[in-house]
Amino acid sequence: MLVNEASLQTFEMVVFSTVFSLVLGLPLGILLCTSDPQSGIKARPVLYQVLTRIVNALRSFPFIILMIILFPLSRIIVGTSIGTKATIVPLSIAAAPFVARIIESALKEVDAGVVQAARAMGSSIMQIIWKVLIPESMHALIDGITLTIINLIGYSAMAGAIGGGGLGDLAIRYGYQRFRPEIMAIAVVVILVLVEIIQFIGTMLSHRVASRR
Amino acid sequence: MEIVLSRLEKTYKTGRSTPAVHAVRDISLTVPSNGIFGIIGKSGAGKSTLVRLISLLEPPDSGTVLYDGQRVDNLTGNALIQRRRRIGMIFQNFNLFSSRTAGQNIAYPLEICGTPRQEIDARVRELLEIVDLADRRDAPISTLSGGQKQRIAIARALANRPDILFCDEATSALDPQTTKSILNLIRKIQAQMNLTVVMITHQMEVVRDACSLVAVVHNGCVIEQGTVNDIFLHPAGDVTKEFLANLAPEPDAASDKGSIVRWSEGGGKYTLRFVNKLTDEPVLSRMAQKFHVEFNIRAGGIQKLPENRIGTLITDITGSPDEVEHALAYLKSEGVLVEEDV
Repeated sequence: MLVNEASLQTFEMVVFSTVFSLVLGLPLGILLCTSDPQSGIKARPVLYQVLTRIVNALRSFPFIILMIILFPLSRIIVGTSIGTKATIVPLSIAAAPFVARIIESALKEVDAGVVQAARAMGSSIMQIIWKVLIPESMHALIDGITLTIINLIGYSAMAGAIGGGGLGDLAIRYGYQRFRPEIMAIAVVVILVLVEIIQFIGTMLSHRVASRR
Repeated sequence: MEIVLSRLEKTYKTGRSTPAVHAVRDISLTVPSNGIFGIIGKSGAGKSTLVRLISLLEPPDSGTVLYDGQRVDNLTGNALIQRRRRIGMIFQNFNLFSSRTAGQNIAYPLEICGTPRQEIDARVRELLEIVDLADRRDAPISTLSGGQKQRIAIARALANRPDILFCDEATSALDPQTTKSILNLIRKIQAQMNLTVVMITHQMEVVRDACSLVAVVHNGCVIEQGTVNDIFLHPAGDVTKEFLANLAPEPDAASDKGSIVRWSEGGGKYTLRFVNKLTDEPVLSRMAQKFHVEFNIRAGGIQKLPENRIGTLITDITGSPDEVEHALAYLKSEGVLVEEDV
């Protein structure tokens, strides 16, 4: 009963924060790739430097501290700073720069010659992004998104420590504070299974994309 | 489409500590319409930069590029994109999209112009026929051989009916046999589609087998240019001579008429070159009958150009100085090109 509820909460946190971190991180990652002064298709050195600094700053924050800092933002967006919904805000913001870097490096893996060919054929910047960079790096993108989801499962468990709900919360409040090790064990096993399932699906999709080429 | 380059300059600043690279220095060239123009140079000679400038992938630092009298090097934004869509380009590494099948690769340039689906399908089928790969439409790129990849790349380059085709080291990653067939294909489509083809290469074989005009690039400058025949017959610069010396024998020619075969070390004061019909005439023995000289052949061979054959004999001609002089004059009057080693 407790475990079911907590699993649903974890699921909710992970799904929504994955979606939101992608919404924030995808454009950021694309911009980081295209504006790169060395390899970008539309080099913008100043923009690149600014974005890089922001991404690095956000990534260097320990998650627990970022969450506390973002409590006021959660209050503005979802009206509260505790509970599952409130945790989605810092989770998404913490994962977004990670997603941005992952997308940047996936897109940069695309062979420069192929991009040059696309440019020579008269592709616009948008066409290069959507018709060349993204499809060509699809397997790396899928791997990156899988990694993001798994990281978010870990983060969401940590979020439990400060009242976020979910499996992490369950493990700490019942397992640790009330001395019920079996609940802690169950919570850990459920997280483990979740990670295995996500990794399995991610690897399968990535393989399928890679084997079609 | 005639391409006129005048006074092109391009310098790359690589970093603060490393010196700038002056890749293209004051290059002026005219590529006449409807032919195959070769640009040959060693790696690092500046030919890749040159093709990037001519194909509008990069603007020059100074100088102009004209397509049929229209200035194109200063195009930007949409005008540049529209112009690029009427340029075909193929590369050493093929640069095909691995996420697309062969047919979808050919469709790409049509897709980005917003061509209707049905039209794309018909055109893709037509192009696959032209490059002889009709049965590989749905093949993933990774399943194609090097030659097939380059054929698909050619089909893709031709999709939007360009008036110019740039080939950037297009055959350098291919074996001699495949190179031959790709060159034949390029010659065929050039003739069929009234294309202006510019071939960048470091292989003299490519120039010999496909081009009618050639420019030799070295250290960012054009050091020699002319018809392929002229360059083969009268190479002026050392770089050009080196290219000719390294010419690989023709892959399909019988071995006895490949490149020059030398059967005696040393000797060989005179290099005689026989063009076309002369290769069939007994000029040398007539010379020996007419004058008091003897000749001794040290080396010889035949080279094929697209429209010509050149026979080369390295000989010694002995006799009294007067007679030798008369004999040489006779050879020249018969159309033999005589070079004397001093």
